[in-house]
Amino acid sequence: MRVLVAMSGGVDSSTVAGLLAEAGHEVIGVTLQLYDHGAASGRRGACCAGQDIHDARRVADRLGIPHYVIDAEARFRDAVIADFAATYAAGETPVPCVRCNQTVKFTDLVALARDLGCARLATGHYVRRIEATAGPELHCAADPARDQSWFLFATTPAQLSMSLFPLGDMPDKATVRAAAARLGLPVAAKPDSQDICFVPSGSYAETVGRLRPDALGAGDIVTLAGAVVGRHDGIARYTVGQARRLGTAARSGGARQVVVALEAATRRVVIGPAAAAARREVAVGAVNWLAPPMRRRCLVKLRARDQPQAAELVPDGAGARLLLERPALAAPGQAAVFYEGSRVLGGGFIRRPAATVDAGTEAAVSARPQQDGGVAQR
Amino acid sequence: MIYLDANATEPVRPEAVAAAMAALAVPGNPASVHAAGRAARRVLEEAREGLAARFGAEPANLVFTSGGTEADALAIHALGRGRRCIVGATEHDAVRVAAPEAESLPVDGNGIADAEALRRMLAAGPPALVCLMLANNETGGIQPIAVVAALCRAADALLHVDAVQAAGRIPVDLAALGADSLALSGHKLGGPMGAGALLLGRRAAGVLTPLIAGGGQERGRRGGTPPLPAIAGFAAAAAAAEGADRLAPLRDRIEQEAAAAGAVVVGAGAPRLGNTTCLALPGVPAQTQVIALDLAGVQVSAGAACSSGKVARSHVLDAMGLGALAGEAIRVSLPWSAEEAEVADFIRAYRAVAARVSRTAA
Repeated sequence: MRVLVAMSGGVDSSTVAGLLAEAGHEVIGVTLQLYDHGAASGRRGACCAGQDIHDARRVADRLGIPHYVIDAEARFRDAVIADFAATYAAGETPVPCVRCNQTVKFTDLVALARDLGCARLATGHYVRRIEATAGPELHCAADPARDQSWFLFATTPAQLSMSLFPLGDMPDKATVRAAAARLGLPVAAKPDSQDICFVPSGSYAETVGRLRPDALGAGDIVTLAGAVVGRHDGIARYTVGQARRLGTAARSGGARQVVVALEAATRRVVIGPAAAAARREVAVGAVNWLAPPMRRRCLVKLRARDQPQAAELVPDGAGARLLLERPALAAPGQAAVFYEGSRVLGGGFIRRPAATVDAGTEAAVSARPQQDGGVAQR
Repeated sequence: MIYLDANATEPVRPEAVAAAMAALAVPGNPASVHAAGRAARRVLEEAREGLAARFGAEPANLVFTSGGTEADALAIHALGRGRRCIVGATEHDAVRVAAPEAESLPVDGNGIADAEALRRMLAAGPPALVCLMLANNETGGIQPIAVVAALCRAADALLHVDAVQAAGRIPVDLAALGADSLALSGHKLGGPMGAGALLLGRRAAGVLTPLIAGGGQERGRRGGTPPLPAIAGFAAAAAAAEGADRLAPLRDRIEQEAAAAGAVVVGAGAPRLGNTTCLALPGVPAQTQVIALDLAGVQVSAGAACSSGKVARSHVLDAMGLGALAGEAIRVSLPWSAEEAEVADFIRAYRAVAARVSRTAA
């Protein structure tokens, strides 16, 4: 069949293109140019494309498949980067990779695949698509260390039916690299990407500040009771559950303090004991259902690298409520993804709670502190 | 495979291949004093004389360059010294990037420069260098160079003309156009890549200072050993070029059939090169059209080719005020070798693509 492969220039998607071509499919490679690499790296005269696009083209040359570079700069700026900055400015913690998957990749590339007469869009994501009688289901990858299902919860059933994830069954990354080497791909030993792609320097606050200077405006660090205990240099530098960047306020009252809430309107960072940040009920908005919505027991992941935890899932209008078995940190703006075993039932974006603190959360809390800013990448 | 992207590069003409191969067999460097050097020099100078005669310049005032981009850069570097630059809004990046501070000369909806605006701009400031292309690479639109040249003379302005797309397709004559300099490219008229030329009128010849001085080749105007095979091929291709008139009926047929499939022909209200058409398909991104046609074995382009390979939005069509259509237009440019059967194949592929993308869009 004719397959469109989204090629980033990395080893994963390159291997996907190679394996599909080897299996005899008519493979068409595309690489999204998401931002002006020359401008982002601050080097005058640097090509707008960057090394990854060059690598993708060289892999396509090696495989003898057609390859195209898609100009997605404007779309990425509007749908992903602007949302990234606006979410921080609103006192929430964005997941740009989810937005990108949701818009540029699985909306625009699926449309392009259809326009080009392709039967499928294949990507290098580590998830599995499993055929069931009611249609295709989205499942975690075979390799839990590589699983990216949390980042793909927003894939709609229609998009899922067009998708192909050849790496979902790979036992581990070494197997993928071995396949790349066997296929003679020049990227077989290329290191994995680590940063958010459009923030190559790793300083995402600068990126946010350029678009939304208000998100880097100084403000007060206050306790739950409203006492001012310190100053901060922008709510965009904080996420709920974070213990760093609190200065002397970090240990006020003797107990270790974490960020409990971010108040965009007053630019206040509210801190409290870790236990106070944990919530038993989490409201989730903009839910994408990959199973019929119904009240049920499930597992939920509130962060990219969390262990799944037990919860009761309650559909609620356009969203859902999660009643967690044990209180946990939930940062507004991040994704909450619902699982049954390895299957993704759906997911949405965590909404800010009506009241900041859920009373009666004195019980033991599995509150692992967040890293600065709390942005996960995939 | 059907190649309809001649404005990116023309297929090399057999006469050019023969001349280039013959030049490859000449062992000398034209700067050497011995017999081999003299033989090489003869190849170089015969090419120079042939090209100069064909394009209306004195042989002494034809400077070989690496191509059209260098010819444009050299003209702007030398003629723009001490002058402000006025650059047509639809110029190629070879000119736009070489004159980053330039004032932009507006064009109408067909891409034709606004002569009245130019008259005002020339009157409003110190002596200028005006850069205007003879024929546009994306639409094929032909600028009224003679009118512009008269305005420039009256205002003591210099005029540089990028004739890269026009040469070989319509008559091009530096003296007849009244321009001060003219840029040419070998591979755009069926020669090998790697050679171009800057032709200078009397006023420009006196002020030309080199971008690359090096060993003083080209009368001190362009250093570096000239690429003899590319230059010999360039001259042979120019001699063999028969103009694009033969291609105009094929182009017209493409336009009729494309319009019937829902396309808008861009810039058709101006005089155009016979080989070029710019076709917009409302609501369908240009890159989708280019990719779909390529997968169907038909090679066309959109916008100016970027080294990254991406299909970037066209500044030419933006300057023409096309709005959203500027991102939805492809360029079909027939090579000198185009045949009716290829045109028929293109039309079949275009119809199929137009039908599929409008179906998936709906």
